[in-house]
Amino acid sequence: MEQIFFWVLAAGLLISAVTVVAVRNPVTNAVCLVSTLVFEAALFITLEATFLAAVQVIVYAGAVMVLFLFVIMLLDVRVELLGKISWPKIVGVGLVFVLALVALPKLFSAFPFAGEALHWGHAKVPGTAQDLGHLLFSAYGPLFLTTGVLLLVATVGVVVLCRRDTEA
Amino acid sequence: MGGEITLGHYLVLSGALFLIGLAGVLLRRSLLVVMMSLELLLNAANLALVAVGRFQGIPDPQVAVFFVITVAAAEAALGLAILVAIFRIKKTTAADQMASLRF
Repeated sequence: MEQIFFWVLAAGLLISAVTVVAVRNPVTNAVCLVSTLVFEAALFITLEATFLAAVQVIVYAGAVMVLFLFVIMLLDVRVELLGKISWPKIVGVGLVFVLALVALPKLFSAFPFAGEALHWGHAKVPGTAQDLGHLLFSAYGPLFLTTGVLLLVATVGVVVLCRRDTEA
Repeated sequence: MGGEITLGHYLVLSGALFLIGLAGVLLRRSLLVVMMSLELLLNAANLALVAVGRFQGIPDPQVAVFFVITVAAAEAALGLAILVAIFRIKKTTAADQMASLRF
């Protein structure tokens, strides 16, 4: 059961991620990114991080992606034109291929697939809202408060950036 | 490939997702798609964090993922605001059109 879920979700995740990068229509990109995020949330559930899966769907696939779609509609972005081949682009492709050829086999060998196998119901860390809440409001309390300041600064920054100078 | 699912499976999946996102950041011209690829990078890191936390039995990575999601939301909001501001001036979202500072 664990295997079937993992392989199906992994295939869905990678296919929709490739679509995000490969397709030229921005709306298609955004919708595929939503499906990528939902697949990732499902993978979180297979890892028994249920609260994070909920947050992933509500905050990421919900709020952040609506923001993206709003901007796509607001800017009325047309289908992207093909750019000319340039040196930075070639270097970029080369870098990605080298990373793919070097880093992934390294990962394969660094983690022999012989460790503890995934069995549902045997997690040593239950990922419920209660457990995360305990950590967030005790050990990570100061960091949590700082996040509030970060979001406030981001909100003010966005308002300032998008303000039109009406009085000038 | 019919064996049990281990930590390695999740880490390789996360690495593959990271590479796809990296290709998007490096190769796409539209800044909107570059930002979406950035979200893919962050999600690859999140997947690795949750997997390690689950298999090692430590809850702290899940808190880290919580903060990553918060910072990603702030990043997306600010990045898109900058994009809108640039679009008002340049009427484009192509990254190679933004070369005003090029010497």
